[in-house]
Amino acid sequence: MSLPVSIPRLIGLFAVLTAVTAFAATFSNAPAYRQIPAGTGVIKFSFSHSADRGRECRRRTPEELAKLPPNMRRPLDCPRSRRAIFAELAIDDVVVFSKELPPSGFAKDGPSQVYRRFMVAAGSHTIAARLRDTPRASGFDHERIEAVSVRPGQSLALDFRPEHGGFIWR
Amino acid sequence: MIALVRRGTARGFDAAERGLNRLAGPAVNPLAQLGALGFFLFWIVVVSGIYLFMLFDTGVENAHASIEWYSTRYAWHAGVMRSFHRYASDMMIVVMALHLLREFSRDRYRGGRWFSWVTGVPVIWFLYMSGITGYWLVWDQLAQYIATTSTELLDWLPIFGEPIARNFLAPSSLSNRFFTLLVFLHIAVPLLLLFMLWIHIQRITRPKVNPPRTLAALTMLALLAVSIVKPALSQGAADLAKVPSPVGLDWFYLPLYPLADAAPGALWGLLGAATVMLAAMPWLPPLRRMKPATVDLDHCNGCGRCVEDCPYDALQLVLRSDGLPYHVEVVVNTDKCVSCGICTGACPSSTPFRSTGPLDTGIDLPDVTFASMRERLHELAARDTSSPRLLVIGCWHGAAAARGEDVLSLPCVAAAPPSLIDYALSRGLVDGVVIAGCSESACYNRLGVEWMQQRIAGERNPYLRSRVPRDRILSVWASPAEGARLDHEINTFKVRLAKLAQEQPQQQTTETPTTVREAAS
Repeated sequence: MSLPVSIPRLIGLFAVLTAVTAFAATFSNAPAYRQIPAGTGVIKFSFSHSADRGRECRRRTPEELAKLPPNMRRPLDCPRSRRAIFAELAIDDVVVFSKELPPSGFAKDGPSQVYRRFMVAAGSHTIAARLRDTPRASGFDHERIEAVSVRPGQSLALDFRPEHGGFIWR
Repeated sequence: MIALVRRGTARGFDAAERGLNRLAGPAVNPLAQLGALGFFLFWIVVVSGIYLFMLFDTGVENAHASIEWYSTRYAWHAGVMRSFHRYASDMMIVVMALHLLREFSRDRYRGGRWFSWVTGVPVIWFLYMSGITGYWLVWDQLAQYIATTSTELLDWLPIFGEPIARNFLAPSSLSNRFFTLLVFLHIAVPLLLLFMLWIHIQRITRPKVNPPRTLAALTMLALLAVSIVKPALSQGAADLAKVPSPVGLDWFYLPLYPLADAAPGALWGLLGAATVMLAAMPWLPPLRRMKPATVDLDHCNGCGRCVEDCPYDALQLVLRSDGLPYHVEVVVNTDKCVSCGICTGACPSSTPFRSTGPLDTGIDLPDVTFASMRERLHELAARDTSSPRLLVIGCWHGAAAARGEDVLSLPCVAAAPPSLIDYALSRGLVDGVVIAGCSESACYNRLGVEWMQQRIAGERNPYLRSRVPRDRILSVWASPAEGARLDHEINTFKVRLAKLAQEQPQQQTTETPTTVREAAS
């Protein structure tokens, strides 16, 4: 059997292909990338929560109920849309996040959502998370202020779960 | 600006291809087989992926552990397969980038070639998505970084309900179900990639989807060598309670991820602009498009040789429409035609020996007609007072393009039928013919060089008649950067012809005019 390419040429081509493959292998996991500087950690502030309805439910009058088809005669007329949530996060008394979060969805009936990542130096920090999800104009309905110790490279997640009493660390 | 970049890139490819041609020969030059190598690497990734999947535990708890188990305990097969899977995927990016740059540098993305170019754009997206979803499955620190950054990047788009990144908020957030979704994505996206690759090659005939066996075997051996010396390894199990930093990035798949960390909006803008720019390139100025080939049914007997030779699937045989006693006729799909003229060179009606009536042929280029070829041949022969007299049939895209006025210049050398060479020599118009085409590994019209070689060797219709003295024909396959080599070969050829003239004065043959039907039969 004769080879279509001579042995020295085969060796040369093999060397070229190996060099290209080695190049690919080298840059397939190097050089390393540092997402956060050494000596820092991350606090993630994220929740998905529905505020109160846009307006209060209203009791339908008997006349209104009579006009509705029998299967739709619910005594309460409740709007689909939800209020916006106002949320605030302060790290060491510095407000790093303060925003009104609109409800999601075309009908504005989905939960308000947030996902933010904050880099902090390792060490002790006072974290204050506040949230307003009712019609009140000022102040907050939920608040958690706590001193946390962040280790280098640590990722702390601050979530909001009303069923667990409000803001929780995860 | 674009033209400048293109010329610079073309020079780079030219130099590299010439080097590899010298090293290994044009038949196995990897730069001439980039598309085929891409397919070959894809199949390596598929086979190694199926193998790895059999040993993989798809649950979030055990994914990393199962990979570590087979990578270390069964390093000699599963570990090697893992390295094959990773490095062949990386090589696909390298090959794809080179393929794209090479086609760009050769200006092979305009006109009828737009389809292959534009369908290559989603191929880029699907290849990246395939690789990125694959990295998630390892569920090591790199996977964690990719997962969080990718989902944060996706969440920047206002199309998702709940932020997807919340799935990676804390160790308790990630469910097995979400991980199963990732597995599904890593199977579905490569299938879409394969589908797009299939569409990508729809408008070319004889697509090279398999590299030569020698090249394929050497590629496998190179992968094996690197897999043994530097096996692909994980970077420690993922832990959502920690930030994976520093992390060893795959710079082929993730070069833009650091930008995603800093400015996701800017990254989306960049990706969108690059995609639109790439997709729009075939229509950017300068727009150059010659008129497509036209069929003259009076000279077409439906033999199908042009259909057989068209590199772009632009010709089709359909039932005869003009009442002549032939079963079929040729029609040109003008959208696919790139006006290379290879069909004219393949047509048996393209015979210059005819002396009566206009020199029409069965299929012709309106901008470079067959009649104009013969006319130009006569003009050049009459002008050439040197001895020996030469006819240089030159490709627009090869080294002959720089020779200027003394060349029968064509969009492709295969546009010249072999009978033209016969005519030039047998009528004593010239003493020798030089066929100066593109570089053998980089034919601008894909198959022109190959078809011309086969026609001269008598392996492909229309053959160059055996009576034509082969020692009076010189084929030079040279890129535009190889003008000096072409000049040198032509000068050597002239010396040889001069010797031949002393040894055996050229026999002149006269031909009786051949009618189109006789030639076709």
